[in-house]
Amino acid sequence: MHDVAFWQGNEAIAYGSLAAGCRFFGGYPITPSSEIAEIMAVELPKLNGRFIQMEDEIAGIAATIGGSIAGMKSLTATSGPGFSLKQENLGLAYMAEIPIVVVDVMRGGPSTGLPTKAAQQDVMQARWGTHGDHGTICYAPASVQECYEVAVKAFNSAERYRQPVLIMSDEIIGHMREKVLVPKIDSSKLVERKRPTDIPEKFVPYRPDPKDDLPCMASFGDGYTWHITGLTHNEWGFPTNNADEIEKKMKRLMRKIDRFRDDIVEYETVSVDDAAVLVLAYGSVARSSLRAVHEARTRGIKAGFFRPVTLWPFPDKELEKLARKVKTIIVPELNCGQMVLEVERAVHGKAKVVAYSLVNGELFKPEEILAVIEEVA
Amino acid sequence: MPNQEVFSWLRTRFFPHIWCPGCGHGIIMHALLRALVTLQKKKSQTVIASGIGCSSRMAGYIDACTVHTTHGRSLGFATGIKLAKPELTVIDVMGDGDCTAIGGNHFIHACRRNIDITAIVMNNNIYGMTGGQASPTTPAGSMATTTPYGAIDPSFDICKLAEGAGAAYVARSTIANPKQAEQFILNGIQKKGFSVVEILTHCHTTFGRKNNRRTPIDNVNYFKNNSVPLAKAKDMSPEELAGKIVTGEFVNKDVPEYTEQYLALIENVRGK
Repeated sequence: MHDVAFWQGNEAIAYGSLAAGCRFFGGYPITPSSEIAEIMAVELPKLNGRFIQMEDEIAGIAATIGGSIAGMKSLTATSGPGFSLKQENLGLAYMAEIPIVVVDVMRGGPSTGLPTKAAQQDVMQARWGTHGDHGTICYAPASVQECYEVAVKAFNSAERYRQPVLIMSDEIIGHMREKVLVPKIDSSKLVERKRPTDIPEKFVPYRPDPKDDLPCMASFGDGYTWHITGLTHNEWGFPTNNADEIEKKMKRLMRKIDRFRDDIVEYETVSVDDAAVLVLAYGSVARSSLRAVHEARTRGIKAGFFRPVTLWPFPDKELEKLARKVKTIIVPELNCGQMVLEVERAVHGKAKVVAYSLVNGELFKPEEILAVIEEVA
Repeated sequence: MPNQEVFSWLRTRFFPHIWCPGCGHGIIMHALLRALVTLQKKKSQTVIASGIGCSSRMAGYIDACTVHTTHGRSLGFATGIKLAKPELTVIDVMGDGDCTAIGGNHFIHACRRNIDITAIVMNNNIYGMTGGQASPTTPAGSMATTTPYGAIDPSFDICKLAEGAGAAYVARSTIANPKQAEQFILNGIQKKGFSVVEILTHCHTTFGRKNNRRTPIDNVNYFKNNSVPLAKAKDMSPEELAGKIVTGEFVNKDVPEYTEQYLALIENVRGK
């Protein structure tokens, strides 16, 4: 059973989040993400949720983390400069293991850059923006339909792995209107964070379950008292300078993503079985890339298409397998070459990797990508 | 030694605390805990949020729902928690740098929003944890590691700032008058709306060392000798008040509280 909607990507992320059980939004308006906040302002009160427009982006994510600490699935949305401002508190959410979803509808940069034009210049900020090490889960939708779907997945991943999850959309996807088949979300498919079963006196807030490395999380107000801090902490949540405790915490932060990597990674392939040239693209660029690949096929070129749905964890194993078969991988991006570094890392020199950058505020035209395919084929 | 009821609010597992011997912060924590005991608050329904700095370590030492956040941002976290669960008692403990420098914007907007949070600002006029750099409340002329020739920046009056921004309750005391500090904290927690309780405390280790108040007792005496109750201050000239600490309740007014208004909005939207 589907309802049919005609939405922008931003609307689809908002409605997808609500379907995923999101009941808290804290944020600050910024183009081209503002529609997400506007829809949440309308819809959340109807669901007994909470919307708050804070005084800046920093407070926006702070309130969002607060909402999650108090037990609500919580969302914030922003664009370029706002994403930079959120990095400090994003780091706290990684360290304190607080589930939230952060949407960055990317625009051109650096600085204020191009507020109304698409870019993919924040993708490395998504991975390495906050100081310190942590695993990252990051989705990059390529259609309005997928905006809805990844919003649900992002909340599920955030709750399951107890950490922030990012959705890196872009201005084109965010403002493009498309038909969406809105699936009825079966509530059994929604993930809720693991709650403690111990009595409050026995609750150790950061003691992981050995089965999955994930500690359970009590909400403030649920009868448990516990301490949350951005300082490196032991199982009790208390700051520590003990080398063993520090290493244990940091290794677990990384491991909880590494060990579930195969469950998280998502990607899409088209015509890759006999491909000699592979176009790897994500977000809006995937659209013109796929069109170019189809066109190349009609001209007899063995072109294939690979799209990471999760930018992190990056589908590196899967790509490496393909890299053994193809000659060249073209990576068109709306930046000066960011994810192409991840592609090069993944393929280990097994295929030639060609970066194709566009940073003039325009979109890739399929024929431009086709020309590159023809050149390297 | 605190009485048993107050003692039960301490996370002794977390001790020893990081505060220097003689630091005024312990007096403020004791005043806060006594107020919570008097009000018969439940630990699991009480949230203590804090930012970064010596003062902000207080959250960790209290056995409640505690969250030690980023520098200056604690009011944002506290706001999210309070909005999600308005039934919780939310207290935010901050230092002067935390509150008025990096967190200045969050502070004035929390006052404006009038959300039911009690902000306890421990003002020792200095950045203590980072080694004695000047803060926005360092008095002009004072010495700090970043004002080696004396501060020339005018300092903030936290209570006037809070009053101007719209807080429902604003009061000031000093660690030399712990009973008064306790009473103001208690009044602030009971007040529906955003309450600001500024408590002058001291950092003899950094501020005191550079400004001729080297021992804890020097500072207690300084506060005793320079505090002026609000009633008395009203009859004093600006010249007479120069360098004095005016203590008392500056604001105690009833203004619409944020979460109550939001819950009413929900009811209104859902009723239609």
